[in-house]
Amino acid sequence: MTLALILIAVLMLGSAATAMLLRNLIHSALLLILSWAGVAAFYLWAGAEFVAFAQVLVYVGAISMVVLFAVLLTRQNRIVDVLIEPATKARALAGLFVGAGMAALLSVAVCYTKFPALADAAPQTSVKEIGLVLMRQHGGALLIVGVILTVALLGATILAATEAKRQPEDKP
Amino acid sequence: MTPLHLCLLISSGLFCIGLAGALVRSNTILVLLGIELMLNAANLNFIAFWRFGPSPAPVDGMIFVLFSIAVAAAEAAVGLALIIAVYRHQKNIRLQEANTLKG
Repeated sequence: MTLALILIAVLMLGSAATAMLLRNLIHSALLLILSWAGVAAFYLWAGAEFVAFAQVLVYVGAISMVVLFAVLLTRQNRIVDVLIEPATKARALAGLFVGAGMAALLSVAVCYTKFPALADAAPQTSVKEIGLVLMRQHGGALLIVGVILTVALLGATILAATEAKRQPEDKP
Repeated sequence: MTPLHLCLLISSGLFCIGLAGALVRSNTILVLLGIELMLNAANLNFIAFWRFGPSPAPVDGMIFVLFSIAVAAAEAAVGLALIIAVYRHQKNIRLQEANTLKG
């Protein structure tokens, strides 16, 4: 049980850290997809199957495609990959310092916290129950999320599809 | 160390990787992906507390995560569309050069 959790954590954290270190943007994006799959595996480990499948559908399926398209559409050159260096050494060091400090702070805080008695077994849920709760107690929130998604996707389409100045040779 | 502590440590590790990535990298796409990693770390916490905490309503943690995933998807779509729009103007996606909003 714990061994599986540690394996999942190594996969998730390792691929995320490597993705943030790599120069090649496409490799970074692919490794981040692996990391999101690791998050889905964690949900499966914790017994939240429905959320795990939602994570696979949304992150591994949809957002990964959007990210890959954005990477490909923003390449400056077909032959040479975009290499975008960190601005300065000082900025990189400051960012790493903030990250490490945050990690230390959170770890100390978590380790010294006493939690009340833990549940032994995962709460029993079924998809039917989730659907009923989603539509009854949280029906309003579900509607609002639907509106947010619709507006956001329309706005994204408009932003990305606005006609740029056409080159003279593009004229029909 | 209980499993809850382990889960929280893992999620804080993921959060810090996302934070460091968002701060260090100059590529706008990677900054956005770092923010997505931080969101995922928050979702891990929701699930960890749902699984191990004494919860009166057994589905609530999952509902939180579902809404959070939906909002994160909207955010990613808008963010990447903005990146494409900025690229069209500046022919570059360095974060430092996108410092003017004039078209």
